[in-house]
Amino acid sequence: MGAPHSAVGGRLDSHAPQARASLGGALQLDGAADTATRAVTPNSTADSALGLGRPGQAASGSAVEVSHLRKAYGPLVAVDDVSFSVTEGEIFGILGPNGAGKTTTVECAIGLRSPDSGTIRLMGIDPQAGKAQIHEITGVQLQSGAFPAKLRVGEILDMYQSFYCHPADVGELAGALGLGGKRESYYRSLSGGQQQRLSVVLALIGAPRIAVLDEMTTGLDPQARRDAWELIEHVRDRGTTVLLVTHFMEEAERLCDRVALIDSGRIVALDTPAGLAARAMGAKTVRFLPSAPFNESLLTGLPEVTAIEHDGHHIVVTGTGELATAVIVAMHAAGVETQDLRIDASTLEDAFVRLTGRHLHEAKEGAQS
Amino acid sequence: MTTLTLTRPRAPRAAFANMVLNEARLAWRQPAGMIAGTGIALLLLVIFGEIPVFRQPSASLGGYSPFDIYIPILMSFSIAMIAFTYLPGPLVSYRELGILRRLSTTPVPAYWVLAAQIVVQACLMAVTLALLITVSIVFFGISAPKNPAAMVLAIALTMAALFAIGLAIAALARTAGAARGLMAAALYPMMFFSGLYYPVQLMPAVIQDISHYTPLGAAVPAIGHSWVGQFPPAQPLLVLAGYALVFGYLAKRFFRWE
Repeated sequence: MGAPHSAVGGRLDSHAPQARASLGGALQLDGAADTATRAVTPNSTADSALGLGRPGQAASGSAVEVSHLRKAYGPLVAVDDVSFSVTEGEIFGILGPNGAGKTTTVECAIGLRSPDSGTIRLMGIDPQAGKAQIHEITGVQLQSGAFPAKLRVGEILDMYQSFYCHPADVGELAGALGLGGKRESYYRSLSGGQQQRLSVVLALIGAPRIAVLDEMTTGLDPQARRDAWELIEHVRDRGTTVLLVTHFMEEAERLCDRVALIDSGRIVALDTPAGLAARAMGAKTVRFLPSAPFNESLLTGLPEVTAIEHDGHHIVVTGTGELATAVIVAMHAAGVETQDLRIDASTLEDAFVRLTGRHLHEAKEGAQS
Repeated sequence: MTTLTLTRPRAPRAAFANMVLNEARLAWRQPAGMIAGTGIALLLLVIFGEIPVFRQPSASLGGYSPFDIYIPILMSFSIAMIAFTYLPGPLVSYRELGILRRLSTTPVPAYWVLAAQIVVQACLMAVTLALLITVSIVFFGISAPKNPAAMVLAIALTMAALFAIGLAIAALARTAGAARGLMAAALYPMMFFSGLYYPVQLMPAVIQDISHYTPLGAAVPAIGHSWVGQFPPAQPLLVLAGYALVFGYLAKRFFRWE
């Protein structure tokens, strides 16, 4: 089972012990809480070793149950042994880089694709067997959906509303996303952001029990993004479960109760956004030229440090918290000067990649031990 | 592997009416098909009717005038133009735009949009044919069709054959541009064999033989015979039914919803 995640794991070999220590601690904490209440399976490779998260173990009040989902397109394994469970009324984020398997995961989850193996239950229903029921209780916003240029917004809204037995209040939904005055506009006259908002409205138009939103706010300006977030919170407050696919750390942090981080088709971490974001967004690098050779364990032993790399004669230390202070103090104590010192807070994107890479490596270690 | 669901849809009945309404609006707002299928057919009918020599019965045309001969040709032309302009292109672009995929996440099966298009186009064809027939009778003194039941059958089979070919094009074309190319490649030879450019009766025997096995080459005699009161011979009807079945099967077999 542990085979296909080698490619990315290898490059961070030297940081393994630190990364593993910090991740292991966090996951254990969250994992323990989750398994008690939600039957979450954060990483099934690790789970099988730990005896956690058995397949088909449906917790009561669970809106979405995905167990050991696998989907390949020819030789390309898009989703490999993904398991998670979403409680009713929860906003659950699926976060990952492009091509990580996020979209395939949700498309399988809502029955748009049939999985190669694994089981999926939405409100207890198998989406492949009960499509008619699933379509009535789910609302889906897919990436890159469009409409005929020469239909008016109101005509599209009225048509989609008529598809459902118990639709939502269209005026209210459209108003919440700033489309209230656009009913008479042709679809082609909408801006990209407005088209995107229309797509979100249509996902919610059937008053779904489960809403699946794939890259909901991509292409939206900051204000529209906040409006969309408010709407989603509002919809959740009325009891809708939300499955949110995103690559925005901020969005996940703002909206999600829990986030599954997917990379190369696997869940590499499942945590609260606070847990994930603290690690990812706090990632910093300190780069310096040591005045003398020193024992690297001086740094690797620090709780702030997660990785050390060499760049010529420079040392690049990655970590979180008061990293620079900790590094300078430790070096000073050892009598080593930190020359040519530069501190970089990673961008979101950097931090994210770092987080993903580290966790991947951790998963591999977990499978081997 | 998203396909149309086989379970009975539970969508409200109003949903289909709304889809038909929106397809009708789209057809109205993109009138190329109506201009080509309805406008040009009517225009040609009037022009031919106004040319005196076209009104002269001709022995080489079996005692009919060129105008008589052209009425069923223009009728089958309008059916083909409407089916080909409105069916494959928009359907492929619906697939390209992800509309079919989006529909397949709703209680409404994606094939309803296809059915809605066919309803709208069949209505447009019916109106166009009624106009062509009425204008021929009222303004040019042609006698009314003598075997309406046979004519309805011939027209229905023609529509079925052309819808099937249009759907097969939509199934095989990956892009809307490719659909338009395939459509043109099919349409112009079809029009040639229908006698639109030159009466088939006056063409060499081998061309006439080929013509009888093309969709419009079969539609024209089927409609023409029913107009003058005969039940059409089996051959053109069977040819049309054959096109409907074979291309309908191909469309069903190869249609991709995403």
